[in-house]
Amino acid sequence: MIRDITIGQYYQTDSVLHRLDPRDKLAGTLIFIISLFVAKNVTSYAVATAFLIAVILLSKVPMSFILRGMKAVVIILLITVLFNLFLTPGITFVSFWKIRITYEGMKTAAYTAVRLTYLIIGSSLMTLTTTPNNLTDGLESLMKPLGVFRVPVHEIAMMMSIALRFIPILMEETDKIMKAQLSRGADFESGGLIKRSKALIPLLVPLFVSAFRRANDLAMAMEARCYHGGKGRTKMKPLVYRGSDYIAYAVIIMYFVLIVIAQRVGML
Amino acid sequence: MGIVEIDNIAYEYIRRDEEGNVEGIVRAIDGISLDIKKGEFISILGGNGSGKSTLAKQINAILYPCEGTVYVDGKDTSDEENIWDIRQSAGMVFQNPDNQIIGSVVEEDVGFGPENMGIPTPEIIERVNEALKTLRMYEYRKHSPNRLSGGQKQRVAIAGVVAMHPKCIIMDESTAMLDPIGRKEVIRAARALNDVEKVTIILITHYMEETIYSDRIVVMDKGRVAMTGTPKEIFSRVDELKKLRLSVPQSTALAYELKKRGVRLGEGILSGKELVTALCRSYATM
Amino acid sequence: MSIICDHVNYIYSRGTSDEIHALKDVCFKIEDGEFIGIIGATGSGKSTLIQHLNGLLKATSGHIYINGEDIYDSDYSLKKLRSRVGLVFQYPEHQLFEETVLKDVCFGPKNQGLTSTESQMRAYEALENVKMGEDCYDVSPFDLSGGQKRRVAIAGVLAMKPEVLILDEPTAGLDPEGREEILHLLKSLHDEQGITIILVSHSMEDMADYAERLLVMDKGSLIMNGSPREIFQNSAILEEIGLSVPQVTGVLREMRQKGFDVDISATTIEEAADSIMRALGL
Repeated sequence: MIRDITIGQYYQTDSVLHRLDPRDKLAGTLIFIISLFVAKNVTSYAVATAFLIAVILLSKVPMSFILRGMKAVVIILLITVLFNLFLTPGITFVSFWKIRITYEGMKTAAYTAVRLTYLIIGSSLMTLTTTPNNLTDGLESLMKPLGVFRVPVHEIAMMMSIALRFIPILMEETDKIMKAQLSRGADFESGGLIKRSKALIPLLVPLFVSAFRRANDLAMAMEARCYHGGKGRTKMKPLVYRGSDYIAYAVIIMYFVLIVIAQRVGML
Repeated sequence: MGIVEIDNIAYEYIRRDEEGNVEGIVRAIDGISLDIKKGEFISILGGNGSGKSTLAKQINAILYPCEGTVYVDGKDTSDEENIWDIRQSAGMVFQNPDNQIIGSVVEEDVGFGPENMGIPTPEIIERVNEALKTLRMYEYRKHSPNRLSGGQKQRVAIAGVVAMHPKCIIMDESTAMLDPIGRKEVIRAARALNDVEKVTIILITHYMEETIYSDRIVVMDKGRVAMTGTPKEIFSRVDELKKLRLSVPQSTALAYELKKRGVRLGEGILSGKELVTALCRSYATM
Repeated sequence: MSIICDHVNYIYSRGTSDEIHALKDVCFKIEDGEFIGIIGATGSGKSTLIQHLNGLLKATSGHIYINGEDIYDSDYSLKKLRSRVGLVFQYPEHQLFEETVLKDVCFGPKNQGLTSTESQMRAYEALENVKMGEDCYDVSPFDLSGGQKRRVAIAGVLAMKPEVLILDEPTAGLDPEGREEILHLLKSLHDEQGITIILVSHSMEDMADYAERLLVMDKGSLIMNGSPREIFQNSAILEEIGLSVPQVTGVLREMRQKGFDVDISATTIEEAADSIMRALGL
C-alpha cells in the first residue's frame, strides 16, 4: 500500500516537460495553483482542464501512474467534499433526518473536489517530471534573493533534497518494521483510538532510532566527501535557461491570462 | 614517508548514562603505530569492537587521536586547516550503502564530492563519467540509487570517492552488508583501483577471504595491533586468529586440518587452488 | 509441526507495469523437527517465501497447510499462526523498542495474551537460551553491542515459544565468532528443544555445516530440494544461478580433475579431510 504513494516521486522518462528548467516548472506550478483559486466558473475550469490534460500528455507519465497517487489522498478529498456538501448554508436541495444538502453546498463541493484534484495532480506532475535534486536546485535558485535576509537558502535546499531521497527508504523500513512486529504478535488494527496509538509505539520507536542512525551516518559520509555548506561549492548541473524555457514561461503566462479572461466573460 | 603515517595514537571516548553522567572511559585505540606506503593494499582485520572502524575514521579526519599523531600525505589530521585536503586525499567508503548515497540520481551522487571541492562544471562532468566508467557503473548513471543492488550501490559510493581523485581509499566494512556476489564486486573494484590506478587501499573487514590479495594484513584486538604480516604469515596462525574472534577461510582450515593429520603441506595456504597445487606437488607421483 | 506449500504463487503489484512474479508454483513439505536451509541469490524469492509461512503475505494462488490446516481458511487465526511460526527478520535488532531488554522480550508473549508473570517467565527462559545473563535484563537494549542486540531480538521471538523458527540471514554483519554463536544457538534449539528451524543464508559453508535439507530458489521457483550433499553435487547449476558450493567441495572437485581418486560428496571440513586422507592412502 505504501508503494502506491506517488506524490514526491520521480517518474523516469524523456519528455519536453522533463527537460524543462526546474524554475520554469516551479513557477508554472505556482501560477497553475493560483489560477485554480481565480477560476470560479465552468468556462475557466474548462480552460484549466484543457491545460492540465495538455501538460499530462506532454509529460509522458501514464495516467494510471498519476491516478494511483490520488488513492493516498482520496480520504482527505472525501472529508473536504462532505464538509462542503453538508455544512454550506443556502437553498435546500434535499433534507432528511438532521442533514440538509443545499444547492450552494453541491456547487462548492463539486468545485472543491475538482480544485483539490487538479492541485494535487498539478503539483505531482512537477515532482514526477523533475528529479528531487533538480527541484531543490530550482528552489535554491529561485529563493536566492532571500539570502540577503540571512535565510540559509542552500541549507534548506540541501535538507529538502535529502529528505526526498530518504522518504522511499524510510517507507520501506516502516513496512519492514511493521511486518517484524506483526510477527511478534503486534496488532495495529483493532481497538479504539488510544489502543491503536499505543500500538504504534513498537513501530515508531525503531523507526526514529533508525532515522537518527541514518542521519548520523549520512552526516559523516557527507563530511568525508568534503561537504562544508554552500560556500565555494560548484554545481555539476548549473541551471541555464534555454529557448524552450522562455517559450514555457510565455505559455504559462498566456494560460493565466486566459483563465482571467474566462473568469470575466465565462458562464455560471 | 608513506601516504598514511600513524604514530603511536590513542583514542578515548566517554561513555555516559541516560542522565549524562560519566559512566566510564572507553579506550578504543590503545597505542597504534602504522605506516602505510603509497600504492599498498592493506587489510585491517578484527572482530566486532576491536577498534578497527575507529582507526579508519582517524585516517579521514572524522575523529582525531587523543594522543599521538596521524599524518595523511604528510599533513597532520588534528590541524583544522588540513581537514579538507586530508578528506580529499583519503576518501572513505562506509558500511551501509543506503546511508552514504546523497544524490537521487547516480551521476549526481558521484558529482557531490567534486562539487564540494569547488571544481568547475565541465571538469566535474568529466570526472564523474570517468569514475563511473572505472567502476563499471556508467550505464546506470541516470538511474535512481534505490533500484540498484547492494553491490552496485557500493560501487556508486566508491565512484563518488574516486571522482575526488584521492590518493588513498579507506573501506570501512564496506562489504559487511552485502551478499556474496556484491562482496565480490566491491573487492574486485578495490583491487582494480589498486592495480590499475595505483590507489592505496585500506580495507577494513571481518571476512578473511577478502584479505588474501592484500600486500599486508593488520589484525586488531582491543584497540591494539595483535598481528601484522603478509596473508601467508597471518593465515598460518589459525589458532591465534580463532582467539581473536576471527576464523580462516574453509580451504585454509582444511589445509590446517590435513597438516594436523600428517599430510605434508607448506605454511599459510590461502585458497582452494593453492591447496590442490600443494597436494599435487607432494603426492601426485603416488 | 509440518508445513506444506502447495502450488504457491505470488505476484507483486498485480496489474501494473511493474508486476513481479515473485513466487512461481512453489511446492514442498517440511516435516516436524527438521533443520531446513533456503538458499538463492538476492531477489530469488527467499524473503517472499518465508513471509508466506507466517501469513504476512497471502499467496495469489495456492495453499499453505500447517499441521494439515489450511491457513487461508476464513476461520484460521493469523495471530495463532504467528505464535506457532516465529519469523526473525534480517537485522532484527532494528525492531527493538522497549526501555529494557526484559520488557522488549516480553512484548511477544504479552501480545499472545499471557499475564505479566507468565510473560516474564517466558522472557527469562528465552534470554537464557540466547546466553544473555541476568545482569542485562534491566539494561536498555540500545546500549548493548551489535551481537548482543541481535541475540535479544531473537529471544523476543523465542519467548513466543514457536514450534517453527524462521530466520532471514541471522548472521549478517556479525564477525566470525558472532556468527558461530548464533548458529550454535540455532543448532541447540533444534537438537535439544526439537524446534523446526528454517534458515535463510548466503553462506554455503554454514548451510553444509548445519542444515539437514536445502531448498534452492531461483527467480521465484523452487529448483532443487535435497540434502546438502546432493545439492552441492550440482556445482554447475548452482554457479549459473549465482550461488556456489562450499569451498572444500570445490577443493575436492579440483583434486578429482587433477587425477586424485577422491570422493567429492563431502561438504564439511571434517568430511573433506577424511576423504582426502583416504585418497592419499594415509
